Amino acid sequence: MDDILLIDAAERYVKGEMTPQERTYFEEIRKNNPELDQLVVEHIFFLNELDSFSHTRNFKHALQETEAKLIGEGFISKAPLTGKAKIIYLWNRSKRTIAVAASIAGIVSIFIASMISAFNNSKAPNTKLLVAELNEQRAKTRQIEKKVNQLAAASNTPLVVEKPRVDAKFRATGFLIDAANNFIVTNAHVIKEARHQLIVENIKGDQFKAEAVYVNVENDLAILKITDNDFKKLAPLPYSIRKTNAELGEQIFMLGYPKQEIVYGEGYVSAKNGYQLDTIYCQLSTSANEGNSGSPVINKSGELVGIITSMETNAEGVVFAIKSPNIYKAVDEVKKIKDYENIKILSTPSLKGADRVSQIKKVQDYVFMIKGN
Amino acid sequence: MNTSEPEKFLLDGLAKEDKQAIERIYRDNYQMVQSFILHNNGTMDDAADIFQEAMIVLFEKSKTPGFELNCQIKTYIYSVCRRLWLKKLQQMQRFGRQTDDMEQVIPVEEDLEIHEKRQLDFSIMENAMAKIGEPCKSLLDAYYIQKKQMQQIATEFGYTNADNAKTQKYKCLVRLKKLFFAQYKTIQ
Repeated sequence: MDDILLIDAAERYVKGEMTPQERTYFEEIRKNNPELDQLVVEHIFFLNELDSFSHTRNFKHALQETEAKLIGEGFISKAPLTGKAKIIYLWNRSKRTIAVAASIAGIVSIFIASMISAFNNSKAPNTKLLVAELNEQRAKTRQIEKKVNQLAAASNTPLVVEKPRVDAKFRATGFLIDAANNFIVTNAHVIKEARHQLIVENIKGDQFKAEAVYVNVENDLAILKITDNDFKKLAPLPYSIRKTNAELGEQIFMLGYPKQEIVYGEGYVSAKNGYQLDTIYCQLSTSANEGNSGSPVINKSGELVGIITSMETNAEGVVFAIKSPNIYKAVDEVKKIKDYENIKILSTPSLKGADRVSQIKKVQDYVFMIKGN
Repeated sequence: MNTSEPEKFLLDGLAKEDKQAIERIYRDNYQMVQSFILHNNGTMDDAADIFQEAMIVLFEKSKTPGFELNCQIKTYIYSVCRRLWLKKLQQMQRFGRQTDDMEQVIPVEEDLEIHEKRQLDFSIMENAMAKIGEPCKSLLDAYYIQKKQMQQIATEFGYTNADNAKTQKYKCLVRLKKLFFAQYKTIQ
């Protein structure tokens, strides 16, 4: 308790909140008691450190946001992947195709929507990104409106968890790729709207804070790290992440959060490349909805082969997924970032041969809702 | 050379973490730094990283009481980026030839030493913050970083009154201090 009194006094002293008498008295005590004076000096030093920490942190945030904005405008270009010439070439080539195609056709993201317009312009107009935007969805249908209200109600309900619930602006999906260090992968377009907070929610509805450690807008991949101390580490991944591209005709299933509850879907790989032959993606025949962005696509032997990203707006059941080898490339990039060198994809595949229901039971704990505002 | 008015304005903005100032400095100087890095064995990503670090150096400098730049922002940024990049090349043993200098260069070694020390302090504090756990982290963040009022914090965190929140805050602060100094003193 003495400590607390001392800290209180030191803080008021630094802030100039003491009355003149108090001040004189305090200075007197410091003079006569070197030990105490040492503590005060130390505390003032510490407060300064804390203060400059907070300023530097705020500045770094502002810096990141500015950089992201300039990247978005194309003023700054970051090389995709490891900057290998071939990959850049392929990207540039498909970029040109997309630009040409832009005047003729249209994709949609499976996220929710304010970003849809922005993303459609820069990518391809006939595709839609699949992120769910929680406010706009309200206007769409009554049924959805009801759900959103439930969602809003849910986020106002006090929970056992002492943390305040986050009022999310969007919802999408992501999944663990490193259970030892809590790294999650999702689409870059998903977290684009997260200006203040980014959280992940597990199947039980528990929310945990996360932060983006890597964002690659061109490949539409982002890696997040759960930073919340309350998050309990899971066992190694039950699925392996495939290093080669998905095969035509492979049966696949996926788990995602197009609504406030996990949803299962299945289909097959219908083409080796994505919209306008974009080689980052493969095409699936399945159904996906807003909120599905970032959902894992898994084949029947339990290999993760892709990440749901967008769907074609002009045709039914045409969904695009980023091919899994791109995850390895992103992980290689993250390894170069200070403090994140330890990222590692480690799995003990346990899905092969199991029936679908038990496969889902094993996978669902590794799939998270990504929310933010 | 004295800093011109518009440059002084930008530096003031920078010290206040103003995004418009940051963006202006990016727009005015990024291409120069990028072409320097690309000409000297670097990638686009390297350029973005080095530029960010230089911005932090400039930010720290702009916050120093009574600071004067004594040269154009452009010259300063170029000099810092050049120094940082040469150092990185050395670490990676990736450098082959002398750098092509496209701009005027001023000595920045001293500033970079200060910068390194500050970055170290920053990461010690960051580590300590990461270790104290919730609700301490959010509580200290709200009070010392976001500078919220105790009453508001009490309401947000569900404490019955500001005094309770204050006691809790002090307990957290003592923990943070312990963690910070434990690491800080071993490094010193």
